[in-house]
Amino acid sequence: MALLTVRNLTTSFATDQGTIRAVNGVSFTLEPGEVLGLVGESGSGKSVTALSLMRLVREPPAKVEAELLDFEGTDLLRAPARTLRDIRGAGIAMIFQDPMRSLNPVLTIGRQLTEPLRRHMRMGAAAARHRAIELLEMVGIPMAETRLGSYPHQFSGGMRQRVMIAIALSCNPRLLIADEATTALDVTIQAQIVELVRRLTKNLGTAVIWISHDLGLVAGLCDRVNVMYAGRIVETGPVREVFYRPAHGYTIGLIGCTPRVDQVGTPLTPINGLPPNLMDEAPLCPFLPRCDVAIPACRQTRPALRNLPGGHAAVCLADLTSHHRGAH
Amino acid sequence: MSSAAPLLSVEGLAVHFDAQRSAFGPAAAPVRAVDGVSFTLARGRTLGLVGESGCGKSTTGYAILQLIRPTSGRIVFDGMDIAALPAKELRPFRRRMQIIFQDAAASLNPRMPVGDLITEALEIHGLHRGAGRGRRIRQLLDLVGIAPHLAERFPHELSGGQAQRIAICRALAVEPELIVCDEAVSALDVSIQAQIVNLLQELQRELGLTYIFISHDLSVVRHVSDEVAVMYLGRIVEKASRQRIFDAAAHPYSRALLSAVPIPDPDVERARERVILTGDLPSPANPPSGCRFRTRCPEVIEACAAKDPPPKLLAPGHYAACIRV
Repeated sequence: MALLTVRNLTTSFATDQGTIRAVNGVSFTLEPGEVLGLVGESGSGKSVTALSLMRLVREPPAKVEAELLDFEGTDLLRAPARTLRDIRGAGIAMIFQDPMRSLNPVLTIGRQLTEPLRRHMRMGAAAARHRAIELLEMVGIPMAETRLGSYPHQFSGGMRQRVMIAIALSCNPRLLIADEATTALDVTIQAQIVELVRRLTKNLGTAVIWISHDLGLVAGLCDRVNVMYAGRIVETGPVREVFYRPAHGYTIGLIGCTPRVDQVGTPLTPINGLPPNLMDEAPLCPFLPRCDVAIPACRQTRPALRNLPGGHAAVCLADLTSHHRGAH
Repeated sequence: MSSAAPLLSVEGLAVHFDAQRSAFGPAAAPVRAVDGVSFTLARGRTLGLVGESGCGKSTTGYAILQLIRPTSGRIVFDGMDIAALPAKELRPFRRRMQIIFQDAAASLNPRMPVGDLITEALEIHGLHRGAGRGRRIRQLLDLVGIAPHLAERFPHELSGGQAQRIAICRALAVEPELIVCDEAVSALDVSIQAQIVNLLQELQRELGLTYIFISHDLSVVRHVSDEVAVMYLGRIVEKASRQRIFDAAAHPYSRALLSAVPIPDPDVERARERVILTGDLPSPANPPSGCRFRTRCPEVIEACAAKDPPPKLLAPGHYAACIRV
């Protein structure tokens, strides 16, 4: 059985200028232990999708709707607030880009680590403290026992993100959502953190949703990837299928404009123009104005999700086989 | 390389910042943001300056432009040591050296429409006075791919990519020879980043510009640079041609840095051997003795603590500061 089933999720925000559909009909499933990448550029709806799953979007002004939002048999959309609080932290945990803003600056690291243990695991003070030390050791913080009394500002950025990971994994969640969790870190620290999350979640069997604008990270970490554009999933599939046999004009554009550290500069192919305004409901493919591979049919009908071999699917009318580069 | 004198020659550049003095107790050691940086840069070329937060790459850029006065060292621009010049005599050099920042919108005055922002740059340096000025502004906007009607817009009405184009336009208005690009494309989405990178490369070909491209993103640096200098804790630890740095890096730090950059190719990325460094960057106020990288270096030996390694010439134009190379 799937761990998470999302069917036709739509999150909209009412503003004075009109309604912004930040997430517009997103559907996907996630199996236990699966690592899913969510890629796309700013404003594509990656983060709002994650926040909607956690029911962390403030309603109103937002409105979260879905046919189904199922996590381990619980309907996240209709569950009472108390059930949601039990799921957040214990069922689904989340780490964000900026650990300084997700950690409370006036509470010690120890207090912030023991809080979820006492709330979700019903541990007593001594047991929670003991477990907190183990968790800090697990994420590679030296002198864990003495660091329990430290405050977040006494840690470096990489150390703070380690603390966030320790808190997120403390109650053995079945799903970890990492929202640009390494974007603010230097690459050598990013490599440490990515390796840490990969190892720990693999050992614990935790499913992970990696939200990232970095195609390289997703290429190395994920089993499957969803490519998002203008609030929609435009392509989904196993990571090798999507990278080597992209089936959407946007995915081809994204790969073509990403420089690679292992290749000498062929000129980058930028995607011309700008992403669409999310207030206007486009009658055709939202990527059409920027698409280099559009065919005449794209100007007449709106594409539907087309299934391809190998569990791969895309919302695109063009036949893109000539753009496939194959594995190296 | 040609025998012509380089456009820029930096010799023993150091920038130290005094630490904040506490009310009691001894004064803290100064932060040695840049601590002995030397390189030359030929006209029309691009030097990529890479390294992690706090390595001194931006401070080096600011010191070259005299936005921060260096603690010591020489900045020889077109034959003149500008670090030794009094402020008044610097102005003609300021026109010849410009900078583009990461957050373009924040570097543009929010109360001025785009056209006035560019006019201001011309005004300060007394360029294109009179009737020709309007034509020059349209020409400049065209050069960076901005439609003329956007001249009426205010910075907040621009997208991130458009704001960066205006920042580039403003830098170009005064006809500079050297442009320091300080993380100039880092905040942009990849599709827009590619547009700006291509624009910078076209402008270099058309106008013969020289760039110092400061970035933490090694993929972009590989794309734009002729030469690359890798910095760590205020020093250049390795400098070489683009090809040598990316294919034959010698310094353990350069190699670790390169191996940490993810590659958007599943098979390549999963087959790579990655050097994962332990620990965090030491404080630049209190760098380790000997080689500054030794506390995180996977190849450290005892001798590394004893002596600060001088740059060693490995091939023409390729230097690395490591006793093990």
